[in-house]
Amino acid sequence: MTHPTLATFRPATTEPDWMRRILIGLVIALLTVLLFAPLIAVFAEAGKRGLAFALQSLTDPDAQSAIRLTLTVAAISVPLNAAFGIAAAWAITKFDWRGKAFMITLIDLPFSVSPVVAGLCFVLLFGANSAIGGWLVAAGHPVIFAVPGVVVATMFITFPFVARELIPVMTEQGRAEEEAALTLGASGWRIFFTVTVPNIRWALLYGVLLCNARAMGEFGAVAVVSGKIRGQTSTMPLMIEMLYNEYLSVAAFTMATLLALLALVTLTLKSALEWRFADQLAASSRH
Amino acid sequence: MHIEIDDIAKTFGATTALHPVSLTIPSGALVALLGPSGSGKTTLLRILGGLEFPTSGRVLFDGFDATGLSVQERRAGFVFQHYALFRHMTVFENIAYGLRARARKSRPTNAEIERRVHKLLELIQLPDIAKRYPAQLSGGQRQRVALARALAIEPRMLLLDEPFGALDARVRKELRQGLRDIHDQTGLTTVFVTHDQEEAMELADLVVVMSMGRIEQIGKPTDISARPATDFVRAFISV
Ligand SMILES: Nc1ncnc2c1ncn2[C@@H]1O[C@H](COP(=O)(O)OP(=O)(O)OP(=O)(O)O)[C@@H](O)[C@H]1O
Ligand SMILES: [Mg+2]
Repeated sequence: MTHPTLATFRPATTEPDWMRRILIGLVIALLTVLLFAPLIAVFAEAGKRGLAFALQSLTDPDAQSAIRLTLTVAAISVPLNAAFGIAAAWAITKFDWRGKAFMITLIDLPFSVSPVVAGLCFVLLFGANSAIGGWLVAAGHPVIFAVPGVVVATMFITFPFVARELIPVMTEQGRAEEEAALTLGASGWRIFFTVTVPNIRWALLYGVLLCNARAMGEFGAVAVVSGKIRGQTSTMPLMIEMLYNEYLSVAAFTMATLLALLALVTLTLKSALEWRFADQLAASSRH
Repeated sequence: MHIEIDDIAKTFGATTALHPVSLTIPSGALVALLGPSGSGKTTLLRILGGLEFPTSGRVLFDGFDATGLSVQERRAGFVFQHYALFRHMTVFENIAYGLRARARKSRPTNAEIERRVHKLLELIQLPDIAKRYPAQLSGGQRQRVALARALAIEPRMLLLDEPFGALDARVRKELRQGLRDIHDQTGLTTVFVTHDQEEAMELADLVVVMSMGRIEQIGKPTDISARPATDFVRAFISV
């Protein structure tokens, strides 16, 4: 009779040491090649003729206009999409109605349609040759080849982010807490702000950050609807491409660095919030 | 409060959750809705609380038609099956929620809210947990906090959906007595849902046996054990 010694037991979920090392190594290698290296290359390219020269390129009026436009478009489309996203997720998860499944598919549409195609659709819909577009141009509010078109295209592309983050969370939480608040005499708005929003705030934050990153970075749809007019409808991504095509590589890469930094700011913000509220996050996901 | 359920029926699309049922609940009674899964107990309780509206029929509170009253207007203290505590609020804030939600002129001062919450914590015998979050409580503690939160609004009646459903046998017994004590102290008309016949028989003044959306029998626990009205009741209480 042999007794198995303790050493022969290994927790079932622990991989052998070499396997773990290879996996971690692989992930780090991939991250380096695919994420860090390009980022560093962009920064290096921007700075190859000195910081002063790089910053000089940002003072160009067209560059300034592009930065302003990108920030403006994000500032308009992100809050609106956050509101729409909450409304859509609310309608889908808190009520039963016919057409719900169709609505979910519709929300995903911007993910599945190529941005260029989406841009073309807006040109057909609002362009000067269409009925609506002709009327808008006559009224002095052109949409295509103008800032409103950039906003509309960006909103379309970024529509799913908030709703997509919220739907699973709100489905998982169900309506019980809202119903409890109702029985305690709270009004609809009070319930929304004291029960619903606190319960979804993390998902909402992620959705808004993703939405913002994409809103600032969108290229395809905006390229089509904006007409890429320098100093008027050119956003940062469009400007980067134009500068690059004109062999103004320092200017192109400086603008690219700035765009990447804006994205990094949002990521840092997210990590900081996660770190600051780690205990709350843990408490709200348990239960 | 005296409750009268008058020919209440409820359908969800093609499913009939309740055939017309009628029931009179005397003021101050402790009533059990007893029946197997899917018999319509929760549906009837939610109709009383105003969370669901009946397809037909009326609900009368103290003789007044309450069928059209909103949830908020009914002022029913409701304890949900899985408690539905607000997970991002402390126990204190959970219990205070209904008081803070009142219109400004009837809202108690902060000091008064604090006093009442602590009194309720005493009542549920958990005086020291005000600062904890629901995730940091045991199942039995959550259940009692849910009860305190429902009582905080000074409800006109107390409705509980399987209040002890998710708890182990020993805690169930303890809390059963706790509910009886609180009922006797407050004198509130209380309706609770259960599928445990022992619980219904031991705790309730009046037991309503339900099956497949119908009321099979209404009576005192002793009457139901002694004289089951139908074969279903006989079979159900003998298990
Ligand atoms: N929101 C709803 N939509 C559709 N059908 C429903 C809904 N709520 C309840 N039902 C149906 O109504 C019937 C009665 O349900 P109810 O929840 O009242 O039963 P119950 O007696 O509480 O059962 P349990 O002991 O399992 O909780 C069931 O057939 C159920 O499927
Ligand atoms: Mg039920």
